[in-house]
Amino acid sequence: MRPRAKTNSPSGSAGVAEREEKDQIDADELREEHEHRKQEQRKHIEEVDNETLLRMLYQMILIRRFEEKAAEAYTLGKIGGFCHLYIGQEAVAVGTLSALRPDDYALTSYRDHGHALVMGISPDEVMAELFGKIGGCSKGKGGSMHLFDADKHFLGGHAIVGGQIPLATGIAFATKYRDTDQVTLCYFGEAAVNQGAFHESLNMAQLWKLPCIYVCENNQYGMGTSLARAMSQSNVAEKACSYDIASEFVDGMDVLAVRAATERAIERARTDYLPSLLEVRTYRFMGHSMSDPGHYRTRAEIERYQERDPIKVFGNSLREKNVLDDAGLKEIEDRVRAEVERAVKFADSSPEPAPEELYTDIYATPIKQ
Amino acid sequence: MAVMTMREALNQAMREEMQRDESVFLLGEEVAEYQGAYKVSKGLLEEFGGKRVIDSPITELGFAGLGVGAAMVGLRPVIEFMTFNFSILATDQIINSAAKMRYMSGGQFKIPIVFRGPNGSAFQVSSQHSQALESWYAHFPGLKVVMPSTPADAKGLLKSAIRDDDPVIFMEQERMYGIKGEVPEGEDFLVPLGVADVKREGKDATIIARSMTVPLALKAAEELEKQGVSVEVVDPRTIRPLDIETIINSVKKTNRVVIAEESHAFCGVAAEISAQIMERAFDYLDAPVLRVSGADVPMPYAKNLERLALPDVERIVKAVREVAYLD
Amino acid sequence: MATQVVMPKLSPTMEEGQLSRWLKKEGDKVTVGEPIAEVDTDKATMEAQALAEGVLRKILVPEGETVPLGAIIAIIGSPDEDISSLVSEASSGAAQTERKERIEDSAEGRAYGAPDEIASVAPGGERTQATVEGKPLKGDVGGAPSTRQSEAAEPSKPQPETKDQPTEADGNGRRAQGGRLIVSPIAARMAAEAGINLKSLSGTGPGGRIVKRDIESAMQGARQPKQEAPAQKAESRATQAPATQPSHAAQQQTETPRAFTQTVEGAAPYRDVPMTTMRATIARRLVTSIGPVPHFFLTTEIEMDKAAELRRQLNELDAETKVSINDLIIKVAAVALIRHPAVNSSFQEKAVRHYERADIGVAVAIEDGLITPVVRGANEKSVGQIAREVRDLAERARSRRLKPEDYTGATFSVSNLGMFGIDEFTAVINPPEAAILAVGAMTPKPVVRGGEVVVRQIMRVTMSCDHRVVDGATGAQFLQTFKKILENPLYLLA
Repeated sequence: MRPRAKTNSPSGSAGVAEREEKDQIDADELREEHEHRKQEQRKHIEEVDNETLLRMLYQMILIRRFEEKAAEAYTLGKIGGFCHLYIGQEAVAVGTLSALRPDDYALTSYRDHGHALVMGISPDEVMAELFGKIGGCSKGKGGSMHLFDADKHFLGGHAIVGGQIPLATGIAFATKYRDTDQVTLCYFGEAAVNQGAFHESLNMAQLWKLPCIYVCENNQYGMGTSLARAMSQSNVAEKACSYDIASEFVDGMDVLAVRAATERAIERARTDYLPSLLEVRTYRFMGHSMSDPGHYRTRAEIERYQERDPIKVFGNSLREKNVLDDAGLKEIEDRVRAEVERAVKFADSSPEPAPEELYTDIYATPIKQ
Repeated sequence: MAVMTMREALNQAMREEMQRDESVFLLGEEVAEYQGAYKVSKGLLEEFGGKRVIDSPITELGFAGLGVGAAMVGLRPVIEFMTFNFSILATDQIINSAAKMRYMSGGQFKIPIVFRGPNGSAFQVSSQHSQALESWYAHFPGLKVVMPSTPADAKGLLKSAIRDDDPVIFMEQERMYGIKGEVPEGEDFLVPLGVADVKREGKDATIIARSMTVPLALKAAEELEKQGVSVEVVDPRTIRPLDIETIINSVKKTNRVVIAEESHAFCGVAAEISAQIMERAFDYLDAPVLRVSGADVPMPYAKNLERLALPDVERIVKAVREVAYLD
Repeated sequence: MATQVVMPKLSPTMEEGQLSRWLKKEGDKVTVGEPIAEVDTDKATMEAQALAEGVLRKILVPEGETVPLGAIIAIIGSPDEDISSLVSEASSGAAQTERKERIEDSAEGRAYGAPDEIASVAPGGERTQATVEGKPLKGDVGGAPSTRQSEAAEPSKPQPETKDQPTEADGNGRRAQGGRLIVSPIAARMAAEAGINLKSLSGTGPGGRIVKRDIESAMQGARQPKQEAPAQKAESRATQAPATQPSHAAQQQTETPRAFTQTVEGAAPYRDVPMTTMRATIARRLVTSIGPVPHFFLTTEIEMDKAAELRRQLNELDAETKVSINDLIIKVAAVALIRHPAVNSSFQEKAVRHYERADIGVAVAIEDGLITPVVRGANEKSVGQIAREVRDLAERARSRRLKPEDYTGATFSVSNLGMFGIDEFTAVINPPEAAILAVGAMTPKPVVRGGEVVVRQIMRVTMSCDHRVVDGATGAQFLQTFKKILENPLYLLA
């Protein structure tokens, strides 16, 4: 088991004043870590080829712009229900998934747009799904929280907190049952760690040695409740000790650090059928969902994290390495913008599901009822 | 045809399906080394090994969800709940995952999984271990709910359930594991889901019974025959899909219906069947449909109270006499 | 125990009702469910039914008076019971208001209190009509609409309802509560199919519910007249048979009609022949295609020379009489109607009513409209009598001195616009009559007779027929007779 890069200090229940104080401590810690991270990144960047690096940057920008467009569409009433944006967390999906093979599997929670895009579902299909159109990847029946593509091995956005964790465990069970070396990536927020499903799954995964990588995207808030106010022992990575599972704490604002940690977990899974738990510390720049007023955190806190915007940080590293220049960045931005605009156009023009669709896809063997 | 117990018939069904299809595996508490809490999985570990017959920790939500995940990628799990009482812990995965995955993915997944185990009353195990939950699961589109009442049905239906591409809730009955009956041999013996069985023909009244109440209904029918009342006993066998046609045909013939069930009446399966009869065969009814259900109380422990809480032959006979206007 | 009869809630929106007619008078015996009064609601004229058994002791609301919902309109009790306290309560305003509120608030009242209570058991469909209506099938085929008559018919009912009911009602109270028929769905359906009046049965199910076996035994009884009912004579069987076996209804039509006295002063007596299934279907279908009264029209040309000559001679005999061509037409139409009773009829939902007399409505144009005074029994009157009567009616019509009985209850109408030079037109039927004859002007026209062109006085008539009761051929046959007689009026004497 690898030691964690950094332990975050446990704390008891925090009132608002205490939280302010804690923010200050966190800020100091973050500065302290800054130098360390920079070194790590320089090391990682040498290990990845330029094409991959640029693709990763492109994917992160695609998610960012897609989500911005989704937010706009939501305010225009084109997207209904819940809409959970991934802005700020791009490095997690891109970093982890860039390490996967195409035949590996991934599942996540309801904050699933980013993962779906990186897993290869076209922005057209994702946007159409958000718009509730038949051209959506789930035919408009799932919506924002239930993006699926069986062919691309993206097995869903799941909307009961922690519900996807046993499912991912079962998929890992199935790949091992079939003696393949596929791995399954399972994403969830830190709030899901308090669900029984998390603990039951980690127990089974290690008990039966299942090749599942549990990625906790710790964005530090379960809706409006900060981690400190919800978890008695708020070090998620450390929970793995209870199940004798390897775990790492990863800087989720550093896409290459995420990728590197994932590669190590994949290695354990492919060769030894061993599960891992990654606690990826990240931060969502937007509210929990589009209907989140955001009263529970300070503007200063958000701005502090925005300084470490994963796209900006990664872009700078690429410039430093001469992989990226202004023209290159513009080229990516232009390409992404065109793609996102096309996606909106596609979603707008895709028809609504036909009324008959109401009664299809309930059973594989249709029943008369 | 061999005569065997319901327990043996279920065992045979699993054995045959596991022999037939490598992707079938059995997972649950005490299914392997202990040979099954009710010995339904006896001998399977020896035949198929620990890879396919797996003892699970006591972690219902976890292993139910694990099963659904495995089914999403093509395995055919048979998940045994030691009893359906414990499935309550797993309802999130059964209802929110298994039942809805196909629909909310726009038809991309089959979920060929069977959740099975004993349901309904047991002997003096009090409130938490003695309850019938079929109406919970039958409520949800996406699930199929099966309740056999004879060893032959148990075998044929379980084999069909395992081969089915949708999630099936297969509800056995602890009190019935020892019931004996003739069971057709061979791998090809299947009882299709969604087809009711007329267990006895009659013309004066219909008793619709399932699981444990089927033998009670048949006894009641014998008793009533002595009293000059000819009773038809219809066993739907699957609650969802419900073979309402067979039920309606019987209602049209007899005009009088009693529905016997172990579960609570309120919002129950009998209530649903009764509503459908009213909707589809109102003009054929000669009397209000009567329900003989479990008492509307948590199951008591005391033997005498437990007896009072359950449907019995006497109550069924009385209900039939009432709908036939004999009392 | 004496019971107050209140103004019932007969429509969902009803707040008050006008007691238009008492069907029972003080001292009359009443049974549960029996109509005792007609009430005009905001929607329609409905029957108020007795909800208790006994004698109608006291009528508290006179005909024509409007009272609020829940007002006590009568008291039913045993013949010698003291009802003075109930009578005085009836006049208490507070009690009235409370009752009205109770009725309005009670959903039950809406669902079960109304006399169409069976509709709440089995809404829609033929079954409902059969069971609710009851009347046409009520074993009083050939019976009369009057309360006296139905009371007289009481002993001939297949089952002695009046005797059974008190004990039954007392025993469980359910039937007495709302006067509501309790019947299982299949029993209701079987009864409707077999044409059995449910009100004639006593149910053997709980609370007097009529169940399948009751219908089965009634059907059995209809096939084999029961021995244990010796009181029921041949006559009662004759009335019961068509009710239980609708296929016999057609035969019934051909039997000698039995006339009864009528209730409305001066109205024609009639007999109700139960609607056959085919007739009911024709009626239903046609109504849905054209409108409330499905019209069709038959036109024929009539050579009027001989009729004109007859008129001339009649007027020569008696200058005072002043017979018009129209008077002749009325007479001939009346005679033809008696020969074609199918046309002298009206549609009555569950029956076709055949009138035994031809009462001819004569359309008279008056200053701001039109009225059709009636020549009663025109078939039996001389042309001269008709002429005098028509003149008198027309005069009184113009001076608006007609009484309601002068212009209601015709069985057939004639409308003549010949004096306006109209050659041919169609008239709109005056319901519930089955037909109206539109008469055009008599004009000389060239016609071919015996291979030669000659000039004749030609008149064109168009009859509008209610297709629910008159078919094309029926109407045509009537017109044939009408034409034959008018072209050769000697037939009036033949």
